[in-house]
Amino acid sequence: MTNETNVTPRLTIKGMRKVYPSVIANDGVDLTVMPGEIHAVVGENGAGKSTLMKAIYGVIRPDAGEICWEGERVTIPSPGAARELGIGMVFQHFSLFETLTVAQNVALALPGKFDLAGLSKRIIEVSERYGLPIDPRRLVYALSVGERQRVEIIRCLLQSPRLLILDEPTSVLTPQAVRKLFETLRQLAAEGVSILYISHKLDEIQELCHTATILRAGKVTGTCTPSRETPASMARMMIGEDLPVIHHGEPAEGGEVRLRIDGLSHATDDPFGVNLKNIHLEVRSGEIVGIAGVSGNGQQELLKAISGEEPLHDKQAVLMCGVPVGRLNPARRRSLGMCFVPEERLGRGAVPRLTLTENILLTAYRKGMLISGMIRFGAARRFAEECIAKFDVKCGGASSEAKSLSGGNLQKFIVGREIMQDPKLLVLAQPTWGVDVGAASFIRRSLLDLRNSGTAILVISEELDELFEICDRLVVIAKGTLSPTKVTSETGVEEIGIWMSGMWPDSAVSGDSTHVA
Amino acid sequence: MWLKFEQRPEPSSLMRYLSPLIAVGMMLASGMLLFYVLGKSPIAGFKIFFINPLKDVYGISELFLKATPLMLCALGLSVGFRANVWNIGAEGQLLIGALAAGGVALAFPETHSPFLLPGMIAAGAIGGMLWAAIPAWLRTRFNANEILTSLMLVYVAQLVVSWLAHGPWKDPEGFNFPQTKMFQAHAMLPVLITGTRVNAALFLAIGALILGWVFMNRSFMGYQMKVAGQAENAGRYAGFSAKRAIWMGMLVGGGMAGIAGMSEVAGPIGQITEHISPGYGFAAMIVAFVGRLSPIGIFFASLLLALLYVGGEQVQQYLGLPSAISNVFQGMLLFFLLASDVFINFRLRRLARRQ
Repeated sequence: MTNETNVTPRLTIKGMRKVYPSVIANDGVDLTVMPGEIHAVVGENGAGKSTLMKAIYGVIRPDAGEICWEGERVTIPSPGAARELGIGMVFQHFSLFETLTVAQNVALALPGKFDLAGLSKRIIEVSERYGLPIDPRRLVYALSVGERQRVEIIRCLLQSPRLLILDEPTSVLTPQAVRKLFETLRQLAAEGVSILYISHKLDEIQELCHTATILRAGKVTGTCTPSRETPASMARMMIGEDLPVIHHGEPAEGGEVRLRIDGLSHATDDPFGVNLKNIHLEVRSGEIVGIAGVSGNGQQELLKAISGEEPLHDKQAVLMCGVPVGRLNPARRRSLGMCFVPEERLGRGAVPRLTLTENILLTAYRKGMLISGMIRFGAARRFAEECIAKFDVKCGGASSEAKSLSGGNLQKFIVGREIMQDPKLLVLAQPTWGVDVGAASFIRRSLLDLRNSGTAILVISEELDELFEICDRLVVIAKGTLSPTKVTSETGVEEIGIWMSGMWPDSAVSGDSTHVA
Repeated sequence: MWLKFEQRPEPSSLMRYLSPLIAVGMMLASGMLLFYVLGKSPIAGFKIFFINPLKDVYGISELFLKATPLMLCALGLSVGFRANVWNIGAEGQLLIGALAAGGVALAFPETHSPFLLPGMIAAGAIGGMLWAAIPAWLRTRFNANEILTSLMLVYVAQLVVSWLAHGPWKDPEGFNFPQTKMFQAHAMLPVLITGTRVNAALFLAIGALILGWVFMNRSFMGYQMKVAGQAENAGRYAGFSAKRAIWMGMLVGGGMAGIAGMSEVAGPIGQITEHISPGYGFAAMIVAFVGRLSPIGIFFASLLLALLYVGGEQVQQYLGLPSAISNVFQGMLLFFLLASDVFINFRLRRLARRQ
């Protein structure tokens, strides 16, 4: 699928430039997408992928550069105009109304008359044609994440797009669901639809995409045919240097139990939440335990029960270092040696409008930063500066506001803040979500170092590769229940993938996989 | 053509501090327009309203006198506002504080004890705190909105004052006026400059501002409240108690308002009447926002609002304008402040009409 002279490209971008007040997001970016081509756009966080896609979808206006659509020069002032041209986009974060049905959600996005019955029929047609089974009458809140993504894709397909943009579509799917998505995408490409596929998962790109354009710091650093590259060679183009190899090392055995969850059941107040059912788990010092699962299967609820953000009725359900903590608040649990990295960085792990020094105080204040209730800002600043240096946080210094940092750098800062408190037990949710490849490998290495020094670590992640890379033992969460634990070396992606649908031996939900994509 | 508000990516921090000045400028401009519409000379109106009160020592002393309760109330409120605790019942807490302090004064009509005034200050603070504890308890126990409950308790407090002044506490020799006996000399705050009414409560207020600054910027509790106000989930994540922030915000607000009430009855008024406060508790909210919830800002903003009170009295006397004029200016100030704050965070964009 190289540029053949006799075929008009579906989309050509030349010299795209977009400057934000503090950063040049796109600097002379060229991109050519042919009809029926699956074209990957690869790059680290902040490389300018989203800016480029937003310009194509009419969300932002570029400062310079031209867009040609099927050979004609166009300007795309709004997403509506993009849809009229035949461009559809599936965002990473879905925009669906939870309390409406599938058909109602689709109807809201379509121009023209509101005809639910006719629309439902078309939804079923499209869903059967492309292998995306969905019932148009179901309410969105009851759908799994994979099913919600199907709704988004169907919504785009109903407008018969000739270019479909997908932003990190597999981050919420099981390996089996990813395979099904790829089949759908290949079918669409065979029918002549062009696909722009944004991702940082190099193995998927190799499997699926015909061509890849690689961005680094707003510029194109290369165009390649992924099947002729190795993940390592593409990674080098992405980050400009070789990735360090992580040595896993031997797990320490028989450490003391730092976290023990014993028959935890908890009904959530959130109507869209997941109830936890009879959960048992042990994490010992010197080991990393990973919890895999498709998001929305109880991870949030389990994390809040462990962190103390949602206190429990039964104080014996969670034990930290032997102390029953079920009814203790997060601050009391921290004083027992727990540290926690939450999934949301801005607004939960850090306060957006406070400086990094002030954000250090949020959890690390026990490290000699208070004298009889008054703050020692000097101590906090030193801690912040050390954290910035040690974890290579790119920022304007300890007095920058948290919200001025990129997602990856803020994540490094938060992980650093928690690790530097020498926790006995460290709990992390999505430790490298949205973090660029280099920083992700640094965070994983830090976790392994911490494990080797005797900390008990629990990681909840949707990235199976990551879990397999760093964990000593794995367990799967589905519909609020936990599977049996497996030693990582004795299992594989295939088995864990099946378990992620809730179908492990002796599980209560075996054979009933309607809720899970 | 449509107009649309669009969030600014980076609100200007300079404008955050300029916006109160812009609001003052726009208030002055509209005020002069208002004088013109009412058939008065805008220049003369401006002079009488804003220059006359500053001409002599007495005028300036009146300014500080009226700024004192505003400072106290606004400081207490901003401690809560920073933590998203919306106590808008400072007026009621001020009244109950005044009753408590006045009750102590009336209970000891003969004593010369040096502890009488401190006792009255403590009683005022406790009275205000008790009144503020009701909405705090309703909020933490039943999740009842403190905006509504604290406001409604203002009217209850006004009726309590009215009942005491008309009933049990009425001065038997007061010709049936709804007021108590005058407080004895030892129950009155000392006057700072002879011939004026400005009293020692001013130092109390300035001291409170300094303590308030330390609390907000240097104490861990103040930090926790800031986190609670800016990012509730971060506070929960860190394990800071949301209930404690609510209690703290309400009690500090109530306590300071109570002391403000004490400073009125033991200062310019000297007894309990039905008219203890010309709405200081409400005007203090404007002070808090114009002062950007910071003690230094509150100091200047309270002087400004005090000027609106004094100037308002002047234009009543000299231009024959109704007494509501002070409230009109207060309202304009708040309106313009909120409006310019909107433009700090958002910009207005013209949209071409679609299709």
